[in-house]
Amino acid sequence: MEKTAYQERIHLQQKALMGRYYDELTAAAKGGEGKAVYMLISGNPIELVRAFDLLPVYPEVNALQLAAKKQSLPLIQRAEEVGYSVDNCGYVKADVGLYFSGGVTSFGTIPPPALILCNYVGCNVYLQWFEHLAEYTGAETYNLDIPFVRDPEWRILPKDVEYVVRQLEEVIEICERITGRPLDWKKLRQILARSAETEELWSAIKDLTRNVPSPFDAYFDAATMMGPLYCLRGSQECVEFFRMAHAELEAKVREGTGPLPKERFRTVIEGPPPWPYFRSFRDLFSRWGAVCVASTYSTVGGVWEFGFRHDPQRPLESIAEHMLFWNVTNRNFLQRYDQLRQYVEGWQADALVIHSIKSCRLFSAGQGDMREYFSKELGVPTLLVESDLEDPRYYSEAQMRNRVDAFFESLEHRKLTAVRQGG
Amino acid sequence: MAIEAILEQCRALVEDPSSFEAVDRWKAAHPGGRAVGCFPVYSPAELVHAAGMLPVGVFGGGNEIEIAHADSRFQSFICSIIKSTLELGLTGRMKILDGMLFQNICDPARNLASIFKRNFPDMFIEYLHLPQNLGSPRGIEYLAAEYRRVLRALEGWTGQPITDAALRASIGWYNRTRALVRALYQVRAEAPQLLSTVELYTLSRAGVLVGPEAHAQLLEGALATVWDRVVKPKDRLRVVLEGSFCEQPPLGLIEGIEEAGCYILDDDFLLGWRWFSQDVEVDGDPVAALARGYADRSVYSAVKHDLREPKAKHLLDKVRTLKADAVIILAPKFCEPALFDYPLYRKALEEAGILHLFLEFEEKMWIFDRARTEVETFVESMLFD
Ligand code: SF4
Ligand code: SF4
Repeated sequence: MEKTAYQERIHLQQKALMGRYYDELTAAAKGGEGKAVYMLISGNPIELVRAFDLLPVYPEVNALQLAAKKQSLPLIQRAEEVGYSVDNCGYVKADVGLYFSGGVTSFGTIPPPALILCNYVGCNVYLQWFEHLAEYTGAETYNLDIPFVRDPEWRILPKDVEYVVRQLEEVIEICERITGRPLDWKKLRQILARSAETEELWSAIKDLTRNVPSPFDAYFDAATMMGPLYCLRGSQECVEFFRMAHAELEAKVREGTGPLPKERFRTVIEGPPPWPYFRSFRDLFSRWGAVCVASTYSTVGGVWEFGFRHDPQRPLESIAEHMLFWNVTNRNFLQRYDQLRQYVEGWQADALVIHSIKSCRLFSAGQGDMREYFSKELGVPTLLVESDLEDPRYYSEAQMRNRVDAFFESLEHRKLTAVRQGG
Repeated sequence: MAIEAILEQCRALVEDPSSFEAVDRWKAAHPGGRAVGCFPVYSPAELVHAAGMLPVGVFGGGNEIEIAHADSRFQSFICSIIKSTLELGLTGRMKILDGMLFQNICDPARNLASIFKRNFPDMFIEYLHLPQNLGSPRGIEYLAAEYRRVLRALEGWTGQPITDAALRASIGWYNRTRALVRALYQVRAEAPQLLSTVELYTLSRAGVLVGPEAHAQLLEGALATVWDRVVKPKDRLRVVLEGSFCEQPPLGLIEGIEEAGCYILDDDFLLGWRWFSQDVEVDGDPVAALARGYADRSVYSAVKHDLREPKAKHLLDKVRTLKADAVIILAPKFCEPALFDYPLYRKALEEAGILHLFLEFEEKMWIFDRARTEVETFVESMLFD
């Protein structure tokens, strides 16, 4: 499938931004400016780290890049040699393998951590991953404990916000000690204001996919935009990037064009993508004219399309609320069903595609029940396919293609029958 | 009662985890009483007990049930206890339980709590957040608040207040059974020939079904007569076993490992039901005491993340205190927390010059020959080296 000029521009721009980000990391690794803080993507508090001019490093993003560039397998195997199991999360193994190999990649060198900040937002693997890094690097480590959403009405509990704010204050103390200077609250507020602006633009962008045809793919193209959203949120260049992206995609809506010559099916996709086979996985859907209009993966770092924004007037409280509630990973499994249901209904989707990831049990454990709910209770055609986000050994091209083809054949049949019956 | 009779009674209770006969009997004796299943690990049974209910340890279906429904809900790469616990629910075997309590031990357990909520709307389901920031006093404060939240939920469910006095009494009961279990483990460490691990295991496990009052009686009986046994010690490898804190190995596997030539001096089976290394304080605020207990007196495991001390150090300490010869890591297949601990344990054990054997198991295993052979080979290589 040929890329349009518009996607090309967003793509090139994000490449340039991420390239500069990795140059910064490399410079720090080589003894230049900047101390690194390791964090996780889910509900990340990047604003706080940026306010201290500390460098956010996301081992998940590094692992993802390694997988997308087909460099993950030797590193995974290196970790397995020292006892990591074939059944452990591949992100962790690739990252640990990378650490043992000196942190040097084809896209940059990863600096050692000045602080390991484990923002425990949902995934339990995070705790062990950073526990291991703490042991290997000997760096100071702080577990920022984020209680999971478990209120029967799914509310944010005031005691939870309070708890997280108190911990953020402890993180501030640590950062003050590491940098040798007090937190500049004015700077934090400015960063939060830029984050809020970015979030506004990102939400507006995601809203565009309600159009028929959708101007971009909310799974495959959204993934492209997530790098800047997590690594650079709070910076002016990030705001500019999203302004440009929004303008470009809005123009596409006016022209009535989308990522494919013809949009024939609209899907909602659940679960992370198979990074080692990103392109071929995308092609399986493009062949059928299937465009993804909404995805849960694009909300791992934050759910903004339902109105949440960081708030410069309530800096720590809004950071806490984002970590606690406004990201998909800290929400319970039934809330995910609900989010997907809203997508299917509000974005006029024809089907739900569940990509079940072996590495990521946070996402995948129990997706069979999810399928049951959507197909049996809501009557939404649902496809469940399995592979991995990091480990190329779990992708079976032929099997995947058969499943996808069979699913769209029957979906097409259903559509035709519905048209014939005037439905 | 002599220990043999007690052991027989316990074995009958625990042999088939999919039958909750002991709970049936408890309910018959307590008309209108409710029973709440506690999924591992670190489930605060005290809170349930203080509400006048029976806390029941739910450890999946063992090797007595066939997974026919739950495997369409959970993928092949998810551990067995998750599936078999759901299977118990989907096949109606759990009807005797009025509620279930889950904790944030791992990603599959968390999603299982949601799936229970959707599939069994009549059940009382609670999900407890165990704080993972134990280096900060905020973590302990939060846990106390979290225990209180669960207490309020239990009160709302029954309409009955739970008093501090009731809580203290429950803490007292569990302190007592835990102290007795600890005493039996002491026997095991000192004279392992007197009480096999599988016997000790069934004695502990019966307690997750019958409540602490009845459990205390069984344990006292066993402790009073265990020293009367006359058994000659054998020349066996003295090992510490680690990794089976959540999903439980079948009785046959535990037996097999010992028969292959070891004395298991200590283990982490059923950890959540004997998780305090010392008594929980009974004076003062009982909820705060329980929270402090979790933070400072609970036994380490792969699902407790305490940055104050490396986990491997706890394992090495255990090996040294018990003067064990080696370690067996017995991890449930697909259990990410247990599997993640292994590289750290392996590194520490190798650096300390302590030999270990790594084995994986599944609760639904029936045939233990391979595991047994591996242990035999390991034992031989150590004993005759
Ligand atoms: S389990 Fe999933 S969320 Fe957790 S570290 Fe692995 S990929 Fe990330
Ligand atoms: S056995 Fe391991 S993975 Fe399975 S529920 Fe228990 S802790 Fe979680």
